Amino acid sequence: MKVRILVSLKPSVLDPQGQTVRNALHTLGYKSVKDVRQGKVFEVELEEPERSEAEKIIPEIADKVLANPIIEKFTWEIIED
Amino acid sequence: MKFGVVVFPGSNCDYDTFHALQNVMGQETVFLWHKDHNLQNVDCVVLPGGFSYGDYLRSGAIARFSPIMSEVKKFAASGGLVLGICNGFQILLEAGLLPGAMLRNKNLKFLCQHVYIRIENAKTAFSNSGKKGQVLKIPIAHFDGNYYAEPELLAELEKNQQIVFRYCDEKGRVTEEANVNGSVHNIAGIVNREGNVLGMMPHPERASEKILGSEDGRVIFQSMINYLEKKSGSRKKKTTRPSRPAVSPLPPLIETF
Repeated sequence: MKVRILVSLKPSVLDPQGQTVRNALHTLGYKSVKDVRQGKVFEVELEEPERSEAEKIIPEIADKVLANPIIEKFTWEIIED
Repeated sequence: MKFGVVVFPGSNCDYDTFHALQNVMGQETVFLWHKDHNLQNVDCVVLPGGFSYGDYLRSGAIARFSPIMSEVKKFAASGGLVLGICNGFQILLEAGLLPGAMLRNKNLKFLCQHVYIRIENAKTAFSNSGKKGQVLKIPIAHFDGNYYAEPELLAELEKNQQIVFRYCDEKGRVTEEANVNGSVHNIAGIVNREGNVLGMMPHPERASEKILGSEDGRVIFQSMINYLEKKSGSRKKKTTRPSRPAVSPLPPLIETF
């Protein structure tokens, strides 16, 4: 089973990388781009095909290791059974 | 007193830190390999600067799970002195031994330069040999030194006087311009509530000898020695200390692998 986890900075945290990307897009003419936030994608492959296994350990992995809960939030979804 | 410098894969300031403690400050110093569970009876643990685990995932995010960190946590919990320099500070934050987190520098540049920091609290184990308001010239070298704390935590740090160093100009003025990495409230170094764990982004070991451009880093090391000697003096009978060791070649670390 493959799980995709998206980690990004919490909205209250300054994201200069995202802002730099936004400014670059503006320079290229994409003036309608209002804001950009940069994050990380993790694709985790689990041995177990059970959804319950993913629901048990993915939030733990994300909270303990993949994200720093002080400054980052995460979402996850199963992309392949 | 005995100091231990932890070495993680990717640490690169371990030898400079060892040199500053053993040869400049005259203290018995040992290296502590990250995979060991033995702190070798040190009085103080130092987590040095560098790029542990290549800063993969986040700076210090993987080093915090190294085997020796369980020992460092127990040591800190029982009141042992712990100093985290740069990457060491990042590791202490990720390990939860200090509150808050590090973000990428505000201007997205790797900053490698001398800065001035002001002693905000001279009553700690790491600053007692200095004075409140004293300005120290110490170099920084980091990409992720932008200290962040949520408003409630920030208020608590201020109230409890846990902010030990702030970025300032050479006259000691805490200005926005002096805050090169964007840290909240110009924070350059903080201590935990109990006062025995300190993290700072500047490198005192790189400002311990005149030839390096500043000796101000010695204030931190001398403070720690003062604190430890006072602490041991009150509990143990004072034994004759060996005379300051001659400048010795650094031990090869390879043997411990």
